[in-house]
Amino acid sequence: MSQAKVPAWVSVGLIPLMNILLAFFVSGLVFLAIGEDPIEAAGYLIYGAFGYDEGIGYTLYYATNLIFTGLAVSIAFKAGLFNIGGEGQAYIGGLGVGLLCLWFDSSLPLLVIAPLAIIGGALFGAAWAYIPAYLQARRGSHIVITTIMFNFIASSLMVYLMVNWLKEEGVMSPISRTFEESAWLPYMHDVFAPFGLDIGDSPLNLAFVLALFCCVFYWALVWHTRWGYQLRTVGTNPTAAQYAGIDNAKVTIWVMLISGGFAGLVGVNEIMGVNHNLLLNFTAGYGFAGIAVALMGRNHPIGIILAAILFGALYQGGAELAFEIPTITPEIVVVIQGLVILFSGALENMFKGKIEGLFLRRAVA
Amino acid sequence: MFETLILILDATLRVSTPLILAALAGLFSERSGIVDIGLEGKMLAGAFAAAAAAAVFGSAWIGLLFAIAASVSLALIHGFACITHRGDHIVSGVAINTIVAGLTITLGLDWFDQGGQTPSLTGDARFTPIVFPLADQLADVPVIGLIYSELLSGHNILVYLAFAMVPLTYWVVFKTRFGLRLRAVGENPHAVDTAGISVALIRYRAVIICGVLCGIAGAYLSTAHNAGFLKDMSAGKGYMALAALIFGKWRPVPVLFACLLFGFLDAVAVRLQGVSLPGIGEVPVQAIEVLPYVLTVLLLAGFIGKAVGPKAIGKPYVKERA
Repeated sequence: MSQAKVPAWVSVGLIPLMNILLAFFVSGLVFLAIGEDPIEAAGYLIYGAFGYDEGIGYTLYYATNLIFTGLAVSIAFKAGLFNIGGEGQAYIGGLGVGLLCLWFDSSLPLLVIAPLAIIGGALFGAAWAYIPAYLQARRGSHIVITTIMFNFIASSLMVYLMVNWLKEEGVMSPISRTFEESAWLPYMHDVFAPFGLDIGDSPLNLAFVLALFCCVFYWALVWHTRWGYQLRTVGTNPTAAQYAGIDNAKVTIWVMLISGGFAGLVGVNEIMGVNHNLLLNFTAGYGFAGIAVALMGRNHPIGIILAAILFGALYQGGAELAFEIPTITPEIVVVIQGLVILFSGALENMFKGKIEGLFLRRAVA
Repeated sequence: MFETLILILDATLRVSTPLILAALAGLFSERSGIVDIGLEGKMLAGAFAAAAAAAVFGSAWIGLLFAIAASVSLALIHGFACITHRGDHIVSGVAINTIVAGLTITLGLDWFDQGGQTPSLTGDARFTPIVFPLADQLADVPVIGLIYSELLSGHNILVYLAFAMVPLTYWVVFKTRFGLRLRAVGENPHAVDTAGISVALIRYRAVIICGVLCGIAGAYLSTAHNAGFLKDMSAGKGYMALAALIFGKWRPVPVLFACLLFGFLDAVAVRLQGVSLPGIGEVPVQAIEVLPYVLTVLLLAGFIGKAVGPKAIGKPYVKERA
């Protein structure tokens, strides 16, 4: 059964679409199970996410985080690696961003702090991915397990640092002092205001532009560089890659560094763009949601942007939904997310054989 | 001093119980070649089902049945994805964990209207401590009395069940025909297939056993250790059980000791909160909390022994066709 005979629109369009529709169908059943009308709920969801300016802003703000983590999971997938540690890398990346802002916010202007913090966040995230990557490449420990362990280690480390070192004096909760305004990444509504455009107040900030830039970077790196070719070769056939003289271990380590770097940029959006201080648990599951985004986006930047906006809409719409119908929790979005991972990830082969068979038979006849 | 030690060990047993059950669950699954990072989700689903059913029917045993049913159905989804449709084991596990994390809260709010929790359980709706004969009378006997009455006596039935499961698992995995086939399927499925035994059937049986044990672990959390379901109450215990499984190198008795070690660290961390140790000063609780994960990473890296899993783990089995 060769892939070549199946039309491209079937394998990249029809089959993924059927998987996602099935995921949404089952999500609808969950709504029915708790006695809510799924159509009505979808209406609130869509209105909440896209119906007004602030809603759109919030949707894109959530999407920003999801683009970062989606790219992180996806680029590791390209090398056949499963980076389940996006959560921990984003957490530590945020720590890097926060530390730089705390150090320099009163001495440097934004134009210097912003690039520093972006690089810092990416480096911290990459560093957190480095150890699992090294252990996978050189010592053969399984990256899935080590990255899971590193998520827990990151979370304990952050609690320790926040409680013992970074907490603001005289405050009960473990949060740092608020940065000076010179270390705040500008909000989109402030950027547009001088042009007379009113897009409504929302947490959407310039990190969104950074996320889009990362997508371009991903695209150029994976498909238009020699290293990207090596990366894809290692992912599709490690033995062939080795035969061709590619250093698999080196590619593994580098791709994980980039993956961790992408995840670390969540900190730019959350810490520098929105919270303006260091705090606990700002990653809020984005690292895991990135898996759903990468799977649904079929590991392509365009797909990842679309999937991130869809999930961003679910987050924002879910909050609106919970407000309109109090018997629904925003956590229902997590269920939908899980179902998408199940149907377009784990069960992706369910229809594949049958549908491809259908088209192959027609091609032969 | 001695009394403190006994109390810490007593707490160790209670904290280790869900780890032991979940790690043994993982052992059955992974020995058959199915990676299971969905232990966490199955445990959480079990905890919710047990608490919900116990609250409605007023019986911990009915809760246990529901916990097992919920966990086994998730295990079957995992099996359906990984065995029947050759899906990625990790992705499927992540999906199950995510779905359960959201679904338990969604259903909990709808059914009980208490912000995602279940009503708190009392009386028969919980597993209560079993006091050994003469435990109270012997409590004053030096050394042995305390060990007998505090450490060994006074746990609920699921704690004893978890410890009994260890030799039972050993016997099933290493001394029975099913166990031989289970291990063979995890190492070399082709050989098993050649012998005329269905690889899929053995693996399905393994994931079902895994589901049963995870269900019991979940029921322990909500109807024995606590008195009701709380949001995210498994709190990473499934992942820690996975770490213990690796730390014990996929063998029942070492796995038991790994669970006890991790449980002990947990119990010590609670005790040491804010206590200054002579010579060392105050040890941050977080440093003790991360030890299980750090130790597992070190083990995996080959710095303290070597953990080698079943050979065919995570690989889908495709029957050869001409």
